[in-house]
Amino acid sequence: MTTHYLVLSALLFAIGAVGVLVRRNAIVIFMCVELMLNACNLAFVTFARQHGNLDGQLIAFFVMVVAAAEVVVGLAIIVTIFRTRRSASVDDANLLKY
Amino acid sequence: MEPAKIVEHAGGVIGASWLMIALPLLGAAILLLGGRRTDRWGHLLGVAMSLASFVVAVVTFFELIGLPGGERRRAVGLFEFIPGLVDMGLLIDPLSISFALLITGVGSLIHIYSIGYMSHDPGRRRFFSYLNLFVAAMLLLVLSHNYVGLYIGWEGVGLASYLLIGFWQYKPSAATAAQKAFIVNRVGDFGLAIGIFTIWTTFGSVTFQGVFESTLKPEQGVLTAIGLLLLLGACGKSAQVPLQSWLLDAMEGPTPVSALIHAATMVTAGVYLVVRSGAVFFPEGSTAALFAAIVGTVTLLAGAIIGMAKDDIKKGLAGSTMSQIGYMMLGAAFGPVGYAFAIGHLITHGFFKANLFLGAGSVMHAMNDEVNMRRYGALRKALPVTFYTFLIGYLAIIGFPLLSGYFTKDGIIETVIHHNEVLGWLAVLGAGLTGFYMSRMVFMTFFGEKRWADDAHPHESPAVMTIPLVLLSIGSIFLGGYLVLGGRFMTFLGPAVGMPEGGVPAFHPFTVPGLATLALVAVGAAIAWLRYGRVPVPVTAPRGSFLTTFARRDLYGDALNESLFMRPGQWLTRIAVFFDNRGVDGLVNGLAAGIGGTSGRLRRVQTGFARSYALSILFGAAVVAGALLLVGNL
Repeated sequence: MTTHYLVLSALLFAIGAVGVLVRRNAIVIFMCVELMLNACNLAFVTFARQHGNLDGQLIAFFVMVVAAAEVVVGLAIIVTIFRTRRSASVDDANLLKY
Repeated sequence: MEPAKIVEHAGGVIGASWLMIALPLLGAAILLLGGRRTDRWGHLLGVAMSLASFVVAVVTFFELIGLPGGERRRAVGLFEFIPGLVDMGLLIDPLSISFALLITGVGSLIHIYSIGYMSHDPGRRRFFSYLNLFVAAMLLLVLSHNYVGLYIGWEGVGLASYLLIGFWQYKPSAATAAQKAFIVNRVGDFGLAIGIFTIWTTFGSVTFQGVFESTLKPEQGVLTAIGLLLLLGACGKSAQVPLQSWLLDAMEGPTPVSALIHAATMVTAGVYLVVRSGAVFFPEGSTAALFAAIVGTVTLLAGAIIGMAKDDIKKGLAGSTMSQIGYMMLGAAFGPVGYAFAIGHLITHGFFKANLFLGAGSVMHAMNDEVNMRRYGALRKALPVTFYTFLIGYLAIIGFPLLSGYFTKDGIIETVIHHNEVLGWLAVLGAGLTGFYMSRMVFMTFFGEKRWADDAHPHESPAVMTIPLVLLSIGSIFLGGYLVLGGRFMTFLGPAVGMPEGGVPAFHPFTVPGLATLALVAVGAAIAWLRYGRVPVPVTAPRGSFLTTFARRDLYGDALNESLFMRPGQWLTRIAVFFDNRGVDGLVNGLAAGIGGTSGRLRRVQTGFARSYALSILFGAAVVAGALLLVGNL
């Protein structure tokens, strides 16, 4: 019965991953990361239901907390980069390399 | 008769004999540490320390001869040097005190002479500190009661000679000569060091008492090996063939240094070592003694031949030193009689060689440091004191009857002929050569016509230089007779080196070898007069036969060393350098270059594009997930 949920979770994760890989705008990439995290949450909750214990739901809460913290830090970085470079493209910020 | 037993001694003058070493050492320390502040009175302190040491030696000597003959070997313990292994101490016996008197006595005269000789040199204070160091090291060498102390003095003498030969270090030739002396000496020191190690493992002791009075009976082969190693050391210090090459170059130092090296210190150390170790390592008829005799004979002829061709007055004298030390080495190979004559000759030689060298220095001083005898001539009027003292030294060294050299050299020759006809007659031949080259030197320097450089205005040296000359020439006249007649010196030395079986041999003035020696010396002197006295001496040296060239170039000793040791050594280093550059460095550098190149390529992965990192993370996650699935399915 839970197969549909898992398929949806996999689709959402794939969309997120592709978004991260192909898009340049940092905000969009960020949203795609959130999408991947929430796809994972969906998978956790589904498995919790499937196995009849609460471990998966518990971890989902942890993921949300971490995601919230990540959003705070990540958005701050993106805003700062935008202020200095007038661009939110991740390809422009490529100075740290060989 | 065996040498006397060594007895422990404490207190008295003999107990304080360490002052002999300490005083000049203190002088050297004050002058070296005091620096320029001591410039004004430095030379006086140097002379005072040397004289004080001489006084201690004289007092010790009289204290020693106050003891009965069989108790004249006193060991004075000083301190524990290496706990449980080596105690430092002095051995005061007739042999060591003879050396100490010679070193401090002649050394002091050389110190006094140097006041005048070095009076215009800005480094005079430094010079005197090195002289004091030299005397202190040499005294430690001869007075120490063990081989380790002897070795320390041995190295100290090497150091002091290095500093003094290279005293005018701004001259490249002097700097090279100093290094050469040091390096050639190292070869000999190596032999001595290994010899001492072997003595330690064989006898379990390095003190003279422990070795000479040991109850162990080591194998003859071991004793011979130790003897040969000690002989190698002696060859280095005493400039015997094959380690003779440094001595002629050592003339680069100031002349008093040459006098000190050749007369009182340094080159006598080898003879001391052989005589001191003689009873155990060089007994009569042993292989080691035979080697010492052969080395001595070869050197006495080689030195004389070199001396015959040199135009440089100091180098001529240097060849003569080699030759005379050769006589001592030869004599030291033939038991107690030989020891007595060898040491006797060493002492008289100390006087007349110092006399000759200081005389040569006085001539050079008068002639603006000219050393080429072809530029001298007719100096006997200009330098009367130098001339007469030089003449006495000359007569003493060629063995003119009744002068010092006559008694001691004749003694060596008689002793050697008694044991070994061939070597003995070669020594007689050497005496003839001595007659030639020393006469040549005197004729070229003091007789004939003036061949001076245009700006030469010879003048007699100041009294501070001539008085030591006079004192030394008095020794050159009387000392030999005093020591040899009546067997005085042999009896005195007996407790230290043993007495000959059947008592002291009487002195016979008219023997076949003795008369032959005199005749050959006369022939040599006559030839010298015919070639350098009667006819004018050309100012530029004639080319001469190949024999002359052979002798002028030190019998190709340097060329031999160069082709035998230096060139192969250079090839070896070149091969080693090639192997190091291409082999070792190649491996190390290749590895480093390989890692560097690989990392340079791997670095390119870091593109700076966040999305490409994300791709590799995804790829990695996929691989991990795939691997987990695979493992889970197994």
